[in-house]
Amino acid sequence: MSNIMILGATSAIAQHVARLYATRGDQLFLVARDKAKLKAIADDATSRGAAAVYTYAIDLSDNTRHTSLFQRADQDMGHLDILLIAYGTLGDQKACEMSVTTSLAELQTNCLSVISILTLAANFFEQHQQGTIAAISSVAGDRGRQSNYVYGTAKGALTIFLQGLRNRLSKAGVTVLTIKPGFVDTPMTQDFKKGLLWVKPEVIARGIVKAIDRRKDVAYLPFFWRYIMLVIRHIPEFIFKKLSL
Amino acid sequence: MSDRPPHSWGHYPKTQQQSQPLRWLGDSWQAREGRETWLAYGQGRSYGDACLNDGGILLLTDALDRFIHFDPEQGLLRCESGVTLAQILALILPRGWFLPVTPGTKYVSIGGAIANDVHGKNHHRAGTFGCHISAFGLQRSNAEHLTCSTSENTELFSATIGGLGLTGFITWAEIKLKKIVGPHISQETRQFSNLEGFFNLSKESDQDWEYTMSWFDCTARGNKLGRGLFMRGNHSNTSDNIRAEAIRHPRLGMPLYAPGWLLNHFSIRAFNHLYFQRPHIPDRLTHYDPFFYPLDSIAHWNRMYGRRGFLQYQCVIPTQHAQDGIAELLKVIAHNGQGSFLAVLKQFGSIKSPGILSFPRPGTTLALDFAFHGTSTLRLLDKLDLITRDTGGAVYPAKDAHMSAASFKQYFPQWETFSQYIDPAFSSSLWRRVTQQE
Ligand SMILES: Cc1cc2nc3c(=O)[nH]c(=O)nc-3n(C[C@H](O)[C@H](O)[C@H](O)COP(=O)(O)OP(=O)(O)OC[C@H]3O[C@@H](n4cnc5c(N)ncnc54)[C@H](O)[C@@H]3O)c2cc1C
Ligand SMILES: NC(=O)c1ccc[n+]([C@@H]2O[C@H](COP(=O)([O-])OP(=O)(O)OC[C@H]3O[C@@H](n4cnc5c(N)ncnc54)[C@H](OP(=O)(O)O)[C@@H]3O)[C@@H](O)[C@H]2O)c1
Repeated sequence: MSNIMILGATSAIAQHVARLYATRGDQLFLVARDKAKLKAIADDATSRGAAAVYTYAIDLSDNTRHTSLFQRADQDMGHLDILLIAYGTLGDQKACEMSVTTSLAELQTNCLSVISILTLAANFFEQHQQGTIAAISSVAGDRGRQSNYVYGTAKGALTIFLQGLRNRLSKAGVTVLTIKPGFVDTPMTQDFKKGLLWVKPEVIARGIVKAIDRRKDVAYLPFFWRYIMLVIRHIPEFIFKKLSL
Repeated sequence: MSDRPPHSWGHYPKTQQQSQPLRWLGDSWQAREGRETWLAYGQGRSYGDACLNDGGILLLTDALDRFIHFDPEQGLLRCESGVTLAQILALILPRGWFLPVTPGTKYVSIGGAIANDVHGKNHHRAGTFGCHISAFGLQRSNAEHLTCSTSENTELFSATIGGLGLTGFITWAEIKLKKIVGPHISQETRQFSNLEGFFNLSKESDQDWEYTMSWFDCTARGNKLGRGLFMRGNHSNTSDNIRAEAIRHPRLGMPLYAPGWLLNHFSIRAFNHLYFQRPHIPDRLTHYDPFFYPLDSIAHWNRMYGRRGFLQYQCVIPTQHAQDGIAELLKVIAHNGQGSFLAVLKQFGSIKSPGILSFPRPGTTLALDFAFHGTSTLRLLDKLDLITRDTGGAVYPAKDAHMSAASFKQYFPQWETFSQYIDPAFSSSLWRRVTQQE
């Protein structure tokens, strides 16, 4: 049995991850900002066979609440085997361009608050000398594009932070996993036209659990995004800047 | 809001409506502008227009797929209304429970199974799906959230079971499960050379076999009329492998629509001929999945009928007229030569459903598909309806896209009693069709 903390447990992807661990009989500590939704997810996990389910409702972009996360988890479960950071917002790029406040709020949610949590988590896991820290970044962080570069900046910075953390924590036996999904059909992308490259959140969830099981460092999900992004990263900038991506 | 065009399993009729995916039980429904109405949409496994609402709004339930409470001691499961029978099986089977009643596909939602009060191969033993529902939540357009059960809001309980989604939105449901020992079914298959053989085998089997169902050759005529294969099964008492492979998902699929000419008279005859001439099928232990859900192994098999889609005809003929009525129907079908690959016969039992508008009643039910070829197909169904009406039988709304208002009102004389429970902001393409003034 593993002890698993999921931040942003109401995310469509995270819900499916929670189901998989619940079915395995693991112990879950679920964090999100909406109490009613958290209860629905906790009930589901209990029905599926989770050993125990704890919930905690906070706004995760509020850095001042982050220490309480680890105190609570410590009280309720003792140690942690897996931390999954899944919350995020796909802000309106146009709105960000019009407003510094909006841009900075996006960066706060998708990057700075995550870094705040990761800093505390790193010390927590380092002490216990084991476990996996996994965070959902995005292929959008691999290269800046006009359509979502504020979000892309946040995810790109997160990817680099995780890289550094992995380098540090590998000495302590702690795995750091960077998850880079491509296009996923979730509430976040509800208004997008869906084409061939789109997958359901349960597919990404299975990929996440598998990557954690195998102690991988970086997981593009589905796998083919590794190759798509390889191509995208290698387009020369003088051409790339003229494309409308 | 989404522009994904939901359709029904038969891809007929084609309708235009808006759809709103619901993600949480508390989600509010999109405002209706003008005269539009709401209708819940589960997995769209209804063949005709029961799950469609032309010009209205569909509330999509597939993300309402959370379990709420599972009591593995008592075998009671409570879940959100979009949970599918496949998801339920994956949860309960490893813990020794099974669905009390299941239709021929596991890809239906529990909300849809209640709204059509579906039946399975054990109707003669267990009645309909609604007989095993202990309670559900019903959200009405006036923002009321009701709990309906045999002791609370009993009238809406009975109206909603088999109520075609018209009484409001089912939010959650609680189902009483069936205890089993293992995932296997001991199965026997018997050939019958004509319709009489079917009735004899039914009589002989209904006592000792929990599940019975037959496939018949809809192209056979004369003294072979109604020849087919009778399948019967019981849950096996061997407990091996209950955890292994609780559920199977399709390995094959129809990626594209088949061209219209594929399914011609000749190919259907050839198939039926080969199928029913197979040598004796040995009695054996089968996994429950191919036993209950043979068609689920091919995803989107409905695309085999091409883009124009297809209609299913399922009727029940009351016991006292069953033998003659079914023979009459089979003659018309064989003569016409439009029948499908697989046609089904089954004996319904006399267990009464709590549902006011439920379809099953004591007698024999017949079901088969017809590729849609335009008016000739609709005229054929008219003919079949004449026979069904004569016998005092009924047609199954879950499978229907054709019956006239006059037929419906004769099949379901209780429709007026039922009407008083309809939520005024809910409607469906089927309901408008079968209640229109003629
Ligand atoms: C291969 C195959 C085999 C089948 N075999 C059988 C069989 O053996 N026996 C049988 O009885 N049927 C059978 N069916 C038909 C099927 O079981 C029914 O049509 C079933 O109701 C489909 O469920 P669904 O979730 O797809 O609902 P949909 O088809 O999407 O909707 C069906 C009805 O339920 C209503 N509904 C759905 N969700 C809700 C909700 N949350 N609240 C209120 N109303 C709701 C809809 O408004 C609609 O009226 C079969 C279908 C297929 C494709
Ligand atoms: N969908 C894609 O195509 C895609 C692609 C690449 C990466 N991702 C990443 O995958 C992760 C999961 O997203 P998803 O696709 O599953 O979308 P989602 O279902 O919309 O999930 C996003 C979740 O983040 C939560 N959240 C946002 N801000 C929060 C805050 N301040 N405090 C607490 N929770 C907060 C939301 O909670 P509420 O329910 O309370 O709003 C929501 O549940 C995100 O990090 C996203 O960036 C998604």
